[in-house]
Amino acid sequence: MVSTALFFLFAGFAIACAVSMVYHKNPIYSAISLVGVFIALSCIYLTLAAPFIAIVQILIYAGAIMVLVVFVIMLLNLDDDKPLNRLRFLYALGGGLGIVLLTQTLFIYYAVLRAPNIPVDEAATAGSTMSIGRAMYTEYLLPVEIVGVMLLMAIIGAVMLARGVKLEPEVTVVSVGTGNLGDTEKVESDTVRSENSKDDDARLAEH
Amino acid sequence: MESVIQTAFPFIVISVAILLAFQGVLMIVAYTVLAERKVLGWIQGRIGPNRVGPWGVLQPFADLLKFIFKEDLIPDKSTKFVYILAPLVALTCALLPMVVYPFGPAITTVDWSFLPFGVGDGITVLPLTIARIDVGVLFVLAITSVGVYGIALAGWSSNNKYSLMGGLRSSAQLISYELAMGASVIGAVMLAGTLDLNGIIHAQINSPFRWFIIPQFVGFIVFLIAAFAETNRIPFDLPEAETELVAGFHTEYSALKFALFFMAEYVNMFTVSVLGTTLFLGGWYVPGLSYIFEPGSIPYALVSHIAFIGKICGFLFLYIWIRGTLPRFRFDQLMSFGWKFLLPVALGNVFLTIVIVYFLNR
Repeated sequence: MVSTALFFLFAGFAIACAVSMVYHKNPIYSAISLVGVFIALSCIYLTLAAPFIAIVQILIYAGAIMVLVVFVIMLLNLDDDKPLNRLRFLYALGGGLGIVLLTQTLFIYYAVLRAPNIPVDEAATAGSTMSIGRAMYTEYLLPVEIVGVMLLMAIIGAVMLARGVKLEPEVTVVSVGTGNLGDTEKVESDTVRSENSKDDDARLAEH
Repeated sequence: MESVIQTAFPFIVISVAILLAFQGVLMIVAYTVLAERKVLGWIQGRIGPNRVGPWGVLQPFADLLKFIFKEDLIPDKSTKFVYILAPLVALTCALLPMVVYPFGPAITTVDWSFLPFGVGDGITVLPLTIARIDVGVLFVLAITSVGVYGIALAGWSSNNKYSLMGGLRSSAQLISYELAMGASVIGAVMLAGTLDLNGIIHAQINSPFRWFIIPQFVGFIVFLIAAFAETNRIPFDLPEAETELVAGFHTEYSALKFALFFMAEYVNMFTVSVLGTTLFLGGWYVPGLSYIFEPGSIPYALVSHIAFIGKICGFLFLYIWIRGTLPRFRFDQLMSFGWKFLLPVALGNVFLTIVIVYFLNR
């Protein structure tokens, strides 16, 4: 009874946050709403007795990825864009994708209804850290290795792109200020010769 | 009636435990502020606060009253919702890890059947932890990493250049040093073989030579440095470097909202002290105490709990001592130190620990 009530609480919170993420024009509000979605999802994982997945969800998505997104939004200071007329066809595409998604959801609902109802063994600890680790590094070792190599490739690629081969100095215009209220200030930064992305970040943050 | 009380009893116990832990942590935090001012006074050859109450012991309450009665300003051009949300996020994320703190050993020798209505029947273990989840270390790291939003959003929503710079610096600093902190913790977790905070303490029990500060000394040093950076303390208090940024991300905050940030900073200090004590200094374990009291009895738990708080206070004193001793880093020094020195050292420590654990367990 309690778990059902908690499920509807967190699921409702997640859906409300998701709607608010799509609805808001201001990117910061959308980012905050997305963090709300992640936290609500991790609460649902907790009620499903999977604490490891729940905590990793917060640690990686809310604590690392979204912080970077917020950081970039604050740094870039995106202004409110005018709606682009030439991208009208995206509305039709989005509507089509929405119908496909809805069909999938209904199919999953149907499949769950048809599935045999197996009582859950209370003693089984499928969500515990130990069982996840054992499964990852014995039974599913090859997929884990492949994913690891792919992530490493992505990291190396990102570092190569960020280091770049910019030989001639270039003038970058960085606008610093808060995006939503029009009190923006254009700061012409010095010639930023990008040797290292970290140094670059540091220098940008100092301006 | 009886069954209602029996059903409600666990909830009442947990509520009382949360209330006690909350009050205890906040009192320690309030007196950390007083201790900081006193110790800094001694380091600089001053007396420190001594007007409110004997020896200044009522100073924290006077400060709190002052914060409550000051005028609460909200800047005209700020983003109001985010501006109000930010301090709440900061303090909530600072206080949440409290539910997994291992305050002491479980009490196992007391027979609780003397309680009325039969509520004590069948209870054999009374743990001194509010929630026993088996990923305690990750929980603390995850929740404190969400706390970055409080600072970043405060800087952004104030609509002030200094605030924004402070918020950006702080996000960059916290993201950078979280990596080193996580990597420094992995060594101790691997030696213990569990992510549960009480389990890690049990792996260090029986002798002070089994405390992880000895095999994981490099990890301990990296953890300590990263902990200073994570809590925005000197020598890493770049987000609020007052000579450059007025007051950093909380420039525009006043009254109780400022007090929430202030409390969040000191609660975060307490949190990393708990983590350091648990991972490297044996948590609540006192050498030789099991010869005096029976393990699992109430006096054993009490003395262990006091030892736990004492070790944390040692950490907090170290914070204040460093603040009175060291100057501040420059921002590029901070970043290159974190990425080019601290992170490689922490990863090297992890690698070495993996090799040693592998050969020991063969």
